[in-house]
Amino acid sequence: MKTCRTHLLLCAGTGCVSNGAFEVMRSLEEEIKRHNLTEEVSIVATGCNGFCERGPTMVVQPDGIFYQRLTVDKVPHLVEEHFLKGRPVKELMYTEAKGRPPVPRMNDIEFFRHQVLIALRNRGRIDPEKIDEYIANDGYAGLARILKEMSPEEVISQIKKSGLRGRGGAGFPTGMKWEFARRSAADLKYIVCNADEGDPGAFMDRSILEADPHSVLEGMLIGAYAIGASRGFIYIREEYPLAVERIKRAIRAAEEYGLLGERIFGAAFDFSLRVVRGAGAFVCGEETALMASIEGKMGRPRPRPPFPAESGLWGCPTNINNVETWSNVPVIILRGADWYSSIGTPSSKGTKVFSVVGKVENTGLVEVPMGITLRKIIFDIGGGIPGGKRFKAVQTGGPSGGCIPENKLDLEVDYEQLAEAGAIMGSGGLIVMDEDTCMVDLARYFLAFLEDESCGKCVPCREGLQRMHEILDDITEGRGTMDHLVLLERLANTVKKASLCALGSTAPNPVLTTLRYFRDEYESHINEGRCPAGVCKALIRFSIDPEACTGCTACRKVCPTDCIAGERKQPHKIDPDRCIKCGACHEVCKFNAVRKT
Amino acid sequence: MDPETLERLDCLIDEAGLEETDLIGAMQDIQRELNYLPEEAMRLVAQKIGVPLSQVYSIATFYKTFSLEPRGRHLINVCMGTACHVRGGVQILEKLKRILGIDTGGTTNDQRFSLEAVRCLGCCGLAPVIMIDGKFHGKLTQKGLDRILEQYE
Repeated sequence: MKTCRTHLLLCAGTGCVSNGAFEVMRSLEEEIKRHNLTEEVSIVATGCNGFCERGPTMVVQPDGIFYQRLTVDKVPHLVEEHFLKGRPVKELMYTEAKGRPPVPRMNDIEFFRHQVLIALRNRGRIDPEKIDEYIANDGYAGLARILKEMSPEEVISQIKKSGLRGRGGAGFPTGMKWEFARRSAADLKYIVCNADEGDPGAFMDRSILEADPHSVLEGMLIGAYAIGASRGFIYIREEYPLAVERIKRAIRAAEEYGLLGERIFGAAFDFSLRVVRGAGAFVCGEETALMASIEGKMGRPRPRPPFPAESGLWGCPTNINNVETWSNVPVIILRGADWYSSIGTPSSKGTKVFSVVGKVENTGLVEVPMGITLRKIIFDIGGGIPGGKRFKAVQTGGPSGGCIPENKLDLEVDYEQLAEAGAIMGSGGLIVMDEDTCMVDLARYFLAFLEDESCGKCVPCREGLQRMHEILDDITEGRGTMDHLVLLERLANTVKKASLCALGSTAPNPVLTTLRYFRDEYESHINEGRCPAGVCKALIRFSIDPEACTGCTACRKVCPTDCIAGERKQPHKIDPDRCIKCGACHEVCKFNAVRKT
Repeated sequence: MDPETLERLDCLIDEAGLEETDLIGAMQDIQRELNYLPEEAMRLVAQKIGVPLSQVYSIATFYKTFSLEPRGRHLINVCMGTACHVRGGVQILEKLKRILGIDTGGTTNDQRFSLEAVRCLGCCGLAPVIMIDGKFHGKLTQKGLDRILEQYE
């Protein structure tokens, strides 16, 4: 292996790539060649580094300097200054706000400073397509240890002791799950990795698979040894083409190195692994639906028991965990259960990866210890709300989760605290919302999503969600009555109690939490015929403030129905009868003259 | 379907595998090859893997990936994830419908574009975002859409 004085770790995650990371990379290669630095400076395309907002990003090692918002035209200057002359370029460094001094080192930036990396330990550090780089960072050492020194029972007891709980949503203790599967006697057992990351607003599993696929494979191998499984599946969304490619490549590399196959590390342990692509069905994140899909059927859930640990794929004992759970496992084995359980809260150990998205300054992926407050995640790491707007709520747990209001921001995040607030941990999406988000519209959005994704097998979910959706349509379109709220709450509780699987039983959560914390918004829609956030089309009206309008004609030009009239440099006017409320005028107005009332 | 295409599909199915668990994968590969699932292709896959045609049909209609109608040359997937929703994804979808003159799930008469709304594409940092033929376009405004569509013939 070539030894270079400087390594450029360029993020090649999906966010950075669509912002031009590969163009930047080619330009870096050319410039480095032009200055004859190829022997001294190497470029590594890493997986997602997490700070998607500032992409494309790059970390220069060994000094840890963080560059952001790179563009091709800035590369020649950067290469000459930093890599030839040794003078880091301040203009490309991170600053908290305009006029503030740049923060050169990655670990000093607020976004990174509070993070504790376990599941994401190798993100932005290694080339995900090279197994050697994973191995050089203690990769497969956990597997080697258990095969040499530990019995399956000892592995299970370590995982139990660590307090690791399922990161896919429900938070079931992982060690206990493994123990059930271990105890089921059968000739053939299966291990499954659930990578059907369906929650809108969550992309941690994608990121782990793209940035560090071997950590998932190693976790699965350890799990397979513990429960006595010889075959495994990774069920991954087809919408994640890069992740599919990386995991397939990782499997091939592991097979070549003898880390998958027969007699792994010379032990009496065989394990083979296959990738199955999901075909776009949210319900397949539910474990029994997922198994049906792997078997080549429609992804519909079935009642439990029997649990997969007794009767799963093709009737064999099967253990399913999600991507993030698997990637935690090797570290627990290597550093010990005591170390792992020293992080977090009494009931929730270790760290959790959150995707902080929506109306937040620093969109990205963060891994933080359990017990951190929502305020710290959203305001210290996330940098708060952009544009001087006011925070309204944060939605956790995707369509199955709930909306948490401002007065609960100091809640210490763990499974129990979130449940108490009416939300769930879920897969870890944190969607931040400001004053411009209508909570009734949001509840309607989630219901529409779940109604669409409901598999239709059980009545409460199939019919109940449809009815709830209709009621919310009525409210957002100005036909709501106060009786609707009573009916909505009753329906929600019925669907919650009577549905067959978690899709239905958690679906009412967004409705119930918005009713609990933002009832006044529902009442404004119903009693005053007003959408306070200015979102619900039927209840808003666009108009132009003649005082603020400069007559720049920008709105007139974009209006698809030509309903804006006005001369140049004269205040414009919108014809409400022809306005389709598309908001294009509001989007282009630089003078804040287009009003939504 | 011409014999050449049938032969190509035959190979695709062989490569995907001939067990029941390979069924969805084989159908995905056919869909990718032809842009949709014609009846003949479904019959072929059912016969080769040895499952009833009804099972193939149930999968084709259950999962969102599959289309029973031919799709346009370019597939626009509009992200309807939560981050995109709160950052104006709905307006982007509405605008696309207006530009193309089709509804979600539709294809333009000239077979140039098909429009689909998808659940989260998992790159919320780019919200609101669309994916055309696998390429992401992010931080969209209604105004910028025409220029993006121009790139696709």
